[in-house]
Amino acid sequence: MTVSARKRLQPQPPSANGRVFSSSDRRDLLTIEALPAETIIGLLDRSDEYLKSLIATGPFQKSKLLEGRTIVNLFFENSTRTRTSFELAERRLGGDAVTISPAASSLTKGESILDTVHVLEAMKVDAFVVRHSASGVPAFLAKHLPPHVHVINAGDGAHEHPTQALLDAAELRAALGNLRGKRIAIVGDITHSRVARSNMWLLKKLGVHVTLVGPETLLPPSVGEVFGVAVSHNIESVLAESDAIIALRIQLERQSRGLFPSIEEYRERYGLTIQRLARTRAIILHPGPVNVGIELDHEIASHDRSFMLRQVKRGVAVRMAVLEWIFSN
Amino acid sequence: MDLLLRNAHLVDPSLGLDATGMDVEILGGVITRIGKSLQSSAEVCDLNGAVVAPGFFDMHVHLREPGQEYKETIATGLTAAAAGGFTGICCMPNTEPSISDPFVVSYIKERAAGHLVDLVICGTMTKGRKGEELAPMAALVDAGVKMISDDGGAVRSAEVMRRVFEYAKMFDLLVTQHCEEHSMTAGAAMNEGHTSTKLGIPGWPAVAEDIIVARDILLAEYVGNVRYHAAHLSTKGSVRLVREAKGRGATVSCEVTPHHFMLTDQAVEKHGTMAKMNPPLRAEDDINAIIEGLQDGTIDCIATDHAPHAMHEKETDIVSASFGIIGLETAIPIGLTYLVKPGHLSLSQYIEKCSINPRKALKLPAVQIKEKERANLTIFDPHKTWRFEESDIRSKSKNTPFVGEEFTGKVIGTINNDHAYWSN
Repeated sequence: MTVSARKRLQPQPPSANGRVFSSSDRRDLLTIEALPAETIIGLLDRSDEYLKSLIATGPFQKSKLLEGRTIVNLFFENSTRTRTSFELAERRLGGDAVTISPAASSLTKGESILDTVHVLEAMKVDAFVVRHSASGVPAFLAKHLPPHVHVINAGDGAHEHPTQALLDAAELRAALGNLRGKRIAIVGDITHSRVARSNMWLLKKLGVHVTLVGPETLLPPSVGEVFGVAVSHNIESVLAESDAIIALRIQLERQSRGLFPSIEEYRERYGLTIQRLARTRAIILHPGPVNVGIELDHEIASHDRSFMLRQVKRGVAVRMAVLEWIFSN
Repeated sequence: MDLLLRNAHLVDPSLGLDATGMDVEILGGVITRIGKSLQSSAEVCDLNGAVVAPGFFDMHVHLREPGQEYKETIATGLTAAAAGGFTGICCMPNTEPSISDPFVVSYIKERAAGHLVDLVICGTMTKGRKGEELAPMAALVDAGVKMISDDGGAVRSAEVMRRVFEYAKMFDLLVTQHCEEHSMTAGAAMNEGHTSTKLGIPGWPAVAEDIIVARDILLAEYVGNVRYHAAHLSTKGSVRLVREAKGRGATVSCEVTPHHFMLTDQAVEKHGTMAKMNPPLRAEDDINAIIEGLQDGTIDCIATDHAPHAMHEKETDIVSASFGIIGLETAIPIGLTYLVKPGHLSLSQYIEKCSINPRKALKLPAVQIKEKERANLTIFDPHKTWRFEESDIRSKSKNTPFVGEEFTGKVIGTINNDHAYWSN
C-alpha cells in the first residue's frame, strides 16, 4: 500500500458509540451511513489497485495480508455472487475462509443467531461477514462480540448492503470520473432494497444528485426527505438527464402482495427497454440477479453501456479493499 | 399493621385534598386518623414530605401465568407491581391457555390471594382470542372478570366485534381493544415513518390503529350503552377520534403507556429490540397529541402494558424479537419525569390518571384517603433524582430500555390489604 493510500485509510473517530445501527470504535463495516467520505474514497482507491491485479492474466499471486486470519461468512440468507465474492477476496488475501448458511442447520434446531455466533467465535474467528433477512443483525452481533472480532455487513434486511454500494460507486467513478454533480437514477423497488439505501447514503456523500424512480407502492414513506433525494414515478422523466441508471431487481412476489398490478405494467413504466436505452446516455448498473425482460431487456445485458459483469469483477476488488481496511489497525 | 406516616404530602384529587406536613395513622390496615403532629403508639415512618396518594392502579399488565412462567409469574408480577407503586392491577388474558374459561380465572385468583396488590382479571372477548366465537362471558363474569379483551391483537371482523359489544352490554362489561388493523401490519416491527424508511424495517402505520379505534367507536355507538376502552393508544389520530367521540357523549375511555409519551420511534436506533413494542413507539407529534389528550381529559388513564419476555426473546433480530417491555417498575418515575416535572400535568391530574380513572373505567370501588377507609396508598418522592439499574428490577424478566436511565421521582412504597411494601 502506498503511503498516501494508507493515510486515507486511517481509522475515523468513533461515532455514536454503542448504538445498535451504527458502528462503534472497533473496526467493522456495518453501514455506509456511518462511513466518512474520506474512508469511502480510500476504499475505492484501493479497489482500483486490486482490480488491476484481478484483470492481469495468469495465476493470481496470493497476498499474505490475512495470513493466520479466519473469516466466517455467515449467510442466514441465500446469496451467490456476494458470498462467492467475499470468499474469493478472503482467500486471495491469504485468509482462511469458512462459509456457513445456518438457515438450514442450527437455527431450525432452536439455536439463536447469537448462540450460533458465540459458538463459532469460540473456535477463534477474526471476522464475521454477515447476511441476514432482518435489518440490524450485523450491528447487533457486533455489539455482542468482543472488540477484536470484526463484523462486515453483507446485506441486512432492507437496511444496507455496504460492499454493493462501494462496488457500484467504484464502477461509476471509473466510468464517469469525479461523481460530484453527476445525476444518477435508482429504479425499482426502493422499499425493500438495501442496495438502494446504501447507494443513496454513498452517492449523497460523494455529491451526486440522486433520483429514485418507482411506483408509489414501492417507495417508503418520506424517502425523499429522509435521504435528500428526488423522487419520480416514471422512468421516462430521468432518461435524458441521467449519467447512470441503477436498476433494482423486482421481487415477483410483490405483485401477489398487491404492490403493483402486473409485470407488464411494471415493465411498461419502469423497465429499461432497448428503446429507452436509445434515449439516454446513461450507463446501466444492476446488482443482480436480473429478471431479464422485466427490469432490463435481454439485449441490454450485453450492451457496451451495461456494467453488470464489471460490477461482479469489481465486487471481489472492493471486498479485498474492505478486508484490508478492516484488519489494518 | 400499625403505622404512623409522619410528614406526608397528601394528594387525593377525588376529595380535592392537597395538604403538606400531614400525619396519617393506620391501625390494622385502616386509616384511623389524619392530622398534624399526631401522637400514636404505632411505628413511626417519617416520609420527609413525600407524596401519599390513593393507591395506583395499572389496568394493563401481562402476568404470563398460566403458561409462560419463564417470563413472569403471578407472584413475581405482583411483587414488581408493589415495588413499582401499584396497589392494584388488571391482568390481560393472553396467557396459555388464555382467560377464556372460568377455571383459569379461579386459578389466577387463587394464586394471587393474600397479596398486597389487588388483582382484577380481564377475560377474552372471543374463545381462545381467535376472533371467531364469543367467549363465555356470563361464566367469566360469574367467576369475577371485570373487563374483556383479545389483547395482543384486535378482533378483525366488524361483525364479530358488533356481537361482542352486544353480548358484553348485558353484563355491563368493559370492552377493551388492542387497536390494530392486522391486514396493514403483517411483519411490521416498528412505526412506519422516517426511521423505518431509513433503517429498512417493515413499518406499522399509525392509520392502522386509527382505523380500529374509529370502527370500534362507531360500533359501540351503534350498539349503544356499551363501555368501550381503547388500550395503549399511540397515535395522534386515535387521540382525535376519542376526543370527538367523547364530545358526542359516547361512553369511551382510553389509556396510554409511559413509553409512548417518553420515547419516539428513533429509540429503535439506540435500543434495537428493546424499543420494539406493539403498538410501536411513534413520532414526536404523536407524543405531543398524547400530552394534549392527557391534559384535556381525552386520555383517562396511564397503564403500563407490562410485557415481560425472556432475554433470548429480545436478544435476536428486530423482526423475530418479541414485542413489548416490562413497565411496572419504571411507570411512575417516567410519569413524574416526563409529565409532572415539565408541568404537562399537575400532580393531582397525574394521580387521577393513575389511580382514580382506571378504577372508574373498571367500575371498581373508589379508593380515598380519609378516616375509616382502608389504607390503600402509593407513596413516592416526586423530586428525587436517581438512576434505574438492572438490580432494581423485581420482575422475572429484564426486557427494558430504561436500565441506566436517570429519573426525577421515585417510589417509596405501597400500602394495601394490611401490608406495606417499601421499595428500597
